[in-house]
Amino acid sequence: MPKRVSLFVTCVVDQLFPRAGMAMADVLERLGYQLDFPEAQTCCGQPAFNSGFWDQAREVAAHFLDVFEDAECIVVPSGSCTAMITHHFAGIMEADPALLARARRIESRVYEFSRFLTEVAGVEDVGARFPHTVTYHDSCHALRELKIKSGPRQLLSAVSGLTLKEMDAAEECCGFGGTFSVKFDEVSGAMARTKIESIHRTGAEYVVSIDSSCLMQLQGALSRAGSPVRALHLSEVLASR
Amino acid sequence: MNPIPEQKIHDTLANANLQLAIYDATARLMHKRRTALDNPLAADFEAWREQANRIKRHTIENLDHYLEQLEQNLVHNGGKVIWARDATEAADFILKLAKDNNALRLVKSKSMTTEEIDLNERLEHHRLDVVETDLGEYILQLAHQRPYHIVAPALHMTRYQVADIFTERLGVAREVVIEKQTMIARAKLREKFLTADIGITGANFLIADSGAVVVVENEGNARLSSSAPRIQIAVAGLEKLIPRAQDLAIFLKILGRSATGQPLTVYTSFLAGPRRAGEIDGPEQFYLVLVDNGRTRVLADRDKRQALYCIRCGACLNHCPVYRKIGGHNYPWVYSGPIGAILSPLFHGVTEDPWLPSASSLCGACGEVCPVKIEIPKILLELRNDVVKAKQREGSGKLERWAFRIWAFFMRHPKLYEMAGMAAPAILPEASGGAWIQSVALPLRIGPLARWLSQRDLPPPAARSFRQQWRERRRQA
Repeated sequence: MPKRVSLFVTCVVDQLFPRAGMAMADVLERLGYQLDFPEAQTCCGQPAFNSGFWDQAREVAAHFLDVFEDAECIVVPSGSCTAMITHHFAGIMEADPALLARARRIESRVYEFSRFLTEVAGVEDVGARFPHTVTYHDSCHALRELKIKSGPRQLLSAVSGLTLKEMDAAEECCGFGGTFSVKFDEVSGAMARTKIESIHRTGAEYVVSIDSSCLMQLQGALSRAGSPVRALHLSEVLASR
Repeated sequence: MNPIPEQKIHDTLANANLQLAIYDATARLMHKRRTALDNPLAADFEAWREQANRIKRHTIENLDHYLEQLEQNLVHNGGKVIWARDATEAADFILKLAKDNNALRLVKSKSMTTEEIDLNERLEHHRLDVVETDLGEYILQLAHQRPYHIVAPALHMTRYQVADIFTERLGVAREVVIEKQTMIARAKLREKFLTADIGITGANFLIADSGAVVVVENEGNARLSSSAPRIQIAVAGLEKLIPRAQDLAIFLKILGRSATGQPLTVYTSFLAGPRRAGEIDGPEQFYLVLVDNGRTRVLADRDKRQALYCIRCGACLNHCPVYRKIGGHNYPWVYSGPIGAILSPLFHGVTEDPWLPSASSLCGACGEVCPVKIEIPKILLELRNDVVKAKQREGSGKLERWAFRIWAFFMRHPKLYEMAGMAAPAILPEASGGAWIQSVALPLRIGPLARWLSQRDLPPPAARSFRQQWRERRRQA
């Protein structure tokens, strides 16, 4: 089991939701891990990759490899960015065998935060207390690319005082989709509103996810609709006491 | 390069009745599929998908061999194969056949391939009476509309709309009870079946080792179309092949379940040539029109030819959150939903509707349910890359290209990245108490920011980024 963990907090958490990153650091430190935050980190390259700009995505992905190459274990507060590294780096590096080999070497050392907790650290109860009703949103890339479904729910269920209520459309996309959210803004907005109807039907006070980009979409739509429901990263719930 | 049909999409989203019709109909189909898969009879569904994928891959990789085998066996059964390079060649053959046989009326069962080649319009142009006999297709023919969905063509219509169409086009008294509407169509269609000279069906599968066409359906109209008229034509894309009759079992098991949640459709017809000596029914002449119409172009694309595995079950449409909002008529071609978003650019090139592969949140639901395991999300991503390359060749899309170049430059230079991040709070003033931003000053109301704010609030920029907070935390420690 690694003692030392490198954090890749992702550009979205770094710039927009630092609280989710700090909460992740809190949880990991409480579990006894030594944390390292390589300062040269930026982004995984996903925005360019999903938009078809694979040359630019490859440049940024190569930068990620430069920064994290020597890390023993990398933990990421995002299913989508994790999947970019573990599932898509190789695809855009096929034409460059040296780069491809470096990407292949790092894949097995990158973990989405909840998966790191349940499968590497082997914990379910992190000693958190959060006396509220929450519902969990399956982010698409975590669910369908990383096959993460039960882990976050187990972690939430172990939180003292927390009531987990499943929504009927837990596996339905929130409508974010990166640049999709602004290229097809009306469709994206309609998808978000369908999702928050499902959230509201649970009566939950919080919607929790492991991807800050989904949470940005959901909180944006909740806030626009004047809803009292708040969107929270799993790390923020697990860091609560 | 066609732009995004924004106005049409807006109108679809603004139509509350239509939204409800699409959402409910697809929800029902999703539920039926789920129920069918939860049945112990389908416990091996994942293994069936895997096997179906392998059979399709093998067939498509050896298509030349199996096409020849199919033709040999079909000719042996007394039929004829017509190789149609495109829509015109397919329609011309059928027109000539009708003329040579003094045929005036044709009955058709449901076929996406004939939709693809605009067969009805081409035949009607030559004053032939072409009648769709699938209930949904019949309604759409009366309403002069294209199918909304691969499996449920009139999915977007309510029974009240159907009542209006029947009254207006058939001159019958208004009838809103679905069963009675069905009886009206049945009475009208029965007469057409009995007086038609030519019957046209599509094909769900073409079996190479038997020279047979397999058609699955629920209404019995394909069986009537293929048995009542004296001339029988099946129109099929040349990717519909499977090698052996014994391979069919697995496809019948996955198709019905994926499409409508049925373990098996009500009718499964095997059409293998004309009436033989001593038989009491069946057509006198039997033709299979094999349509290329762009398929060999897809076949040449090693990475994306798996799109040809599609068995047209419609499951990816039902599960697509984008299709469930924009419906079937905002896609540029007869194939809609995720499969349409990959088939259209693969058949016609990416430059015609360059927006289409981007009309997806990449949620991956389509790939998850595809019964032949086509990697639709992966192909969408590859097509987006093809679009970028095509735009670069044509010198268009400069703004987005430069935006990503500059973005990548910043992302490779952490100091620049950090400085850019610190600029955001200066541009967007933080509201009191960290409230989310509802609108921004007029000069900022452009581009992606405006489009984000058209639907949702914007997170306030963090006063201090994670890295700034981290440094402080380390200093204090």
